[in-house]
Amino acid sequence: MNLDIENAALILSAFLFAVGTAGVLVRRNAIIVFMCVELMLNAVNLTLVVFSRSLGLEAQVLVFFVMAVAAAEAAVGLAIIIAIFRHYEGVDVDRFNLLRW
Amino acid sequence: MIETVFFLLFAVLAAGGAIMMIASRNPVASLMYLVLAFFALSGIFVLLDAHFLAAVQVIVYAGAIMVLFMFVIMLLNLGHREDIDMRSHLTRLVALVAGSALFAFVAALVLRGEQSSLASDESGLVLDAILRSRGAVGAVAEPLFTSYLVPFELTSLLLLVAIVGAIVLAQRRAP
Repeated sequence: MNLDIENAALILSAFLFAVGTAGVLVRRNAIIVFMCVELMLNAVNLTLVVFSRSLGLEAQVLVFFVMAVAAAEAAVGLAIIIAIFRHYEGVDVDRFNLLRW
Repeated sequence: MIETVFFLLFAVLAAGGAIMMIASRNPVASLMYLVLAFFALSGIFVLLDAHFLAAVQVIVYAGAIMVLFMFVIMLLNLGHREDIDMRSHLTRLVALVAGSALFAFVAALVLRGEQSSLASDESGLVLDAILRSRGAVGAVAEPLFTSYLVPFELTSLLLLVAIVGAIVLAQRRAP
């Protein structure tokens, strides 16, 4: 029974990661692309929590660090989005071509 | 039995929230669906005996990061888009195929690994014993403050750098 939930949680995490990937490919709004990245981070966290049951609680410590890094990343990333919005008057990722070529 | 029912409930909420997030027109609605998925994931963490992480998930993701995103959406006045900012049909198809392939690949790995499963029955009992003797928070805090003390302190440094960096990046340049 427990093993069933663990495997189902792994498959759910694969599904969430795939949805996050598809979202990054499909949406043009930079903020929603960002949310999709957060979703992918959460999917990986779920995988780590599942494996922490068989491989030791250090995996949960790693999840804790992933959450802290995700919080820092969200703060800096949203600040970059605000700075880009001031420059381009929009958050469409197709228009962010300053670093291209 | 009851665990399976709750797991299915939370799994459907998480998956549905994720799909609605990338399908929704309104960024605010997208964010709310993402928060729903985060809450459902926190429930799944509880079912997997990670009570501390479930609490941290609600505080950090559904609380702090959600407020940050909402603040930026409101600040940039993006809340009332009528046209959806999706890419062309071809790109959508490519994304669908890529997402499905990724999911199928990882799910196949999981199902194949099921036969040679890492988890033995004893490891579950060991985890139960640890949780019973130290409690859900103590079980995570013990490795965090002994073996991983230096990375833990470095995390505080990282957060400090992120705060300063966010302020520097988002401030208006002096004319």
